[in-house]
Amino acid sequence: MMNRLIAATSTFEGPAIQWFKISPILALLGGALFLILVGSLTPQWKRGWYAATSVVTAITAAVLTGVLWSQIGDDKPSTLVGGALAFDHFALFATFTICVSVALASLVVNDYLTREGEDGPEVYGLILAAAIGGVVMVSANDLLVLFLGLETLSLSFYLLTASSRSRTQSGEAGLKYFILGGFASAFFLYGVALLFGASGTTNLQTMATVFAGEVAVTSNNGLLLAGIALLLVGFAFKVSLVPFHVWTPDVYQGAPTPITALMGSVGKVAAFAALIRVFMTALPSRIDDWRPAILVLALLTLVVGSVLAVVQTDVKRMLAYSSISHAGFILVGLEAAAHIGNADAHLGISSAMGYLFIYSVLVIGTFAVVSVVAGQGDNATTLDAFKGLGKKRPVLALGMTVLLLAQAGVPLTSGFVAKFGIIRSAVSVESYALAVAAMIAAVIAAFLYLRIMVSMWLSDPADDAPVSISKSAGLAIALAVALTLLIGIFPSGIISQSLLAIL
Amino acid sequence: MFASAEMTTASFPILTMLVLVPLLGAVLVSLLSKNHGEWVKLAALVSSVTTGAMSVWMLVKFPTGAAGFEFVSKHSWISEWGISWHLGVDGISLFMVVLTGVLFPLVIVGIDPHHDHKSYLAWMLLLEAGVMGSFLSLDLFLFFVFFEIVLVPMYFLIGGWGYEKRVYAATKFFLYTMAGSAFMLVGIVATAFLARRDTGALTFDLVEIAEKATFATGTGRWLFVAFMIAFAVKVPLFPLHTWLPDAHTQAPTGGSVILAGVLLKMGTYGMLRFGVYLFPQAAIWAKPVLLTLAVIGILYGAIAATMQKDLKRLVAYSSVAHLGFIVLGTFAMTTQAITGGVMQMVNHGVSTGALFLLVGMIYERRHTRQISELGGIQAVAPIFAGFFMIVMLSSIGLPGLNGFVGEFLVLIGSFETARWWVVVATIGVILAALYLLWAYQRVFHGEPSDDNKSFPEITLREGLLLSVFVAAIVFAGVYPKPMLDRIEPSVKALIEHVEASK
Repeated sequence: MMNRLIAATSTFEGPAIQWFKISPILALLGGALFLILVGSLTPQWKRGWYAATSVVTAITAAVLTGVLWSQIGDDKPSTLVGGALAFDHFALFATFTICVSVALASLVVNDYLTREGEDGPEVYGLILAAAIGGVVMVSANDLLVLFLGLETLSLSFYLLTASSRSRTQSGEAGLKYFILGGFASAFFLYGVALLFGASGTTNLQTMATVFAGEVAVTSNNGLLLAGIALLLVGFAFKVSLVPFHVWTPDVYQGAPTPITALMGSVGKVAAFAALIRVFMTALPSRIDDWRPAILVLALLTLVVGSVLAVVQTDVKRMLAYSSISHAGFILVGLEAAAHIGNADAHLGISSAMGYLFIYSVLVIGTFAVVSVVAGQGDNATTLDAFKGLGKKRPVLALGMTVLLLAQAGVPLTSGFVAKFGIIRSAVSVESYALAVAAMIAAVIAAFLYLRIMVSMWLSDPADDAPVSISKSAGLAIALAVALTLLIGIFPSGIISQSLLAIL
Repeated sequence: MFASAEMTTASFPILTMLVLVPLLGAVLVSLLSKNHGEWVKLAALVSSVTTGAMSVWMLVKFPTGAAGFEFVSKHSWISEWGISWHLGVDGISLFMVVLTGVLFPLVIVGIDPHHDHKSYLAWMLLLEAGVMGSFLSLDLFLFFVFFEIVLVPMYFLIGGWGYEKRVYAATKFFLYTMAGSAFMLVGIVATAFLARRDTGALTFDLVEIAEKATFATGTGRWLFVAFMIAFAVKVPLFPLHTWLPDAHTQAPTGGSVILAGVLLKMGTYGMLRFGVYLFPQAAIWAKPVLLTLAVIGILYGAIAATMQKDLKRLVAYSSVAHLGFIVLGTFAMTTQAITGGVMQMVNHGVSTGALFLLVGMIYERRHTRQISELGGIQAVAPIFAGFFMIVMLSSIGLPGLNGFVGEFLVLIGSFETARWWVVVATIGVILAALYLLWAYQRVFHGEPSDDNKSFPEITLREGLLLSVFVAAIVFAGVYPKPMLDRIEPSVKALIEHVEASK
């Protein structure tokens, strides 16, 4: 017995690793290690250098992703590291989105940290760690690998949420996020265990093959259904779908504003891409079981998110609820994708991915403005703080207006392209009711963006506290606004690329 | 036929310029420094006057008797979705484009916003680009883009330069219209997808879909309803009209003139272009309901107008009634009725636009719009009263003035296909005379009170501005033939299209 074990161990061969194909992860890892190790061994760097390292790392990873993107055309989609990671356009699109988000958000974080006098390498290291977790999640082809990515992402986010030393709400939010997030991870892991019980594997493709066979399904039906349900609960918490959303407003409000931007972008992209991949790859044979659940979650999320957003008085809470409503929109795309057999079903996934990219840019831009307005102490985030911004800082207010109009889905902004894509995918599979519900939710949510615009343009300043914009935050906002308008007017690029990002 | 048989891709892309010039003007105005007020005004003036001149030039060049789309310009925009920059003008949109082109420079020159000229002018020009685009688009997606983008400048114009309850009114306007558009967007996408069977590839091209695609009876009806909700809010049709009195009353004078003059027409125009043209069978099916709503609107608007204490609100409610006549003509679906309806769109734009201008002038002088606080103005400002009288009579529909031609054509054209609705609607004509004459009597007749004794007479600038409106009113009333000759062929083609679908 013992001998056999030893023999097995000694003949163990690691999987062949195609290093270049995982280079985005390696680049992010290198950047994170460099910041943590070198950063802690050297005296305080000059202002902006930590952020610059983070931005350069993210851009490097994004460029590598771009190179790999064009390479897939020659080598068909495949799996890496012994089937642990998937290598396809879907994963690369999400990876690219994450890298762009990290680069943009790092600029905002720089502004925040220097303003608060807390500049250091740790926050950037954690951001890059979160990005690694996110990239692993979007490429994971195995539920356990997915869980590793999820935990890497989540743990980094718990710490980042609590990272403000001067604001007590930050620590409170971090603890809240940690406890509830731990619950969700447990749900997720239990779901993985049950699915493993039902199928005998954690690999997504193998699982799909097993479930497609009659035998496994009839004998393990209970395990399978419970597993799907628990998995869905875990994901629903991570992407904050109603009724698993209650943590979102508190955590979004409590976290340092640039970190909130990161949660709204990197966190959403990673969890949504993983959700889509797991359900579309491993569980297509059980679509009739989970599609109704997605439909109900989408409706609830759209309506509750929009309605509750309207009654808030704190801009960060408003945007938290609006992010819930946006999650509902993305879910409409997944619902459309779940109409397997319909020739247009693939539009659902590509429109959801396009939405995630566009929304990531929007949410970082929007929170960057909130962060700038919040000022020293990161506290002025009520609607009153935005009063008279149009008079104090007309250009900043104009940028915010563009971002808000885009979130509302007004034409000639990227938000309209995103919404149109989702509506198009829903209509093409004849989910008319869901499409109409999504649009009505968008109208309700529009009221919230109008409220912020009214504060900025049509109210007199509540005080004469000056609003100062640093170069890095200004650059992040300018880039976000430019992308928003560019995609809005010339959407062909993102549409054609996202059409490739399917499973 | 409607199919652009003569794809006269003119050497000069005049329609594209009609959209781009005000847009560039808006960009230019917002880039200029606030300290150079004169430059800002000059830039706005030049771009709006250029647009107006181009629209008049287009009118002159427009071949009388042509039924199809002229000056067509078509370029691929989002090829992945089959969306193109497709603009064209026919008899139905021709005068709306000219009205837009002429009205904007008049408003920009003639009405002083009092503060923040720079942003006011930038929003105005952006609004002009959006309205132009809406009337010219021959692509469903493009139309939606313009239809929706119009909300943003109008929202800021009402919210930034309006009266006491401006924020409330602006928000209500934005949300109402956006809610209507939500249905239309789903309808547009569904139309394109369902038409794909007949058109081959996915396309949002209006002409292609209308000529090639046929929809199953039930599907066509749903799609028609989805479009109609958006237009009914915009027109506004009873019972979706409640945003209008607020928006009109609270908007600055310039905003009200544009709102009444061209923005509301985007609804009635949309009904013709995207309702009747795309879904002729469904339009016939929905006829009784829409005619009934139109007639209710006529009566309700008139009665509500009679009750108003606020002069501006009175004019706003009169709009609800007048737009009811246009909808009545549209869905009576005879050549005469629709021609009258299109004519009435222009007439209402001119006369109600002028009425809002006059009410704005009264407010400038007296800082009140309450009818009870006015009175006896005719004695102190007879020329002003004269202008008001002519415009008001045009609104009532006095023969010899423009209002009569349109209203009469609508009623006579609708009589054969919608007899009883016409009978009831005629009461609305009488009520119009009642509320407007009564208002005139209370505001202008009698002895002026102390406050009204110092009511200043009309200034030269105001007089010149109003003269343009009065000239249009009299010309279209006495000699409407040139207008009708250009509208009718396109309407005939539309009716043939509807007949062919039966």
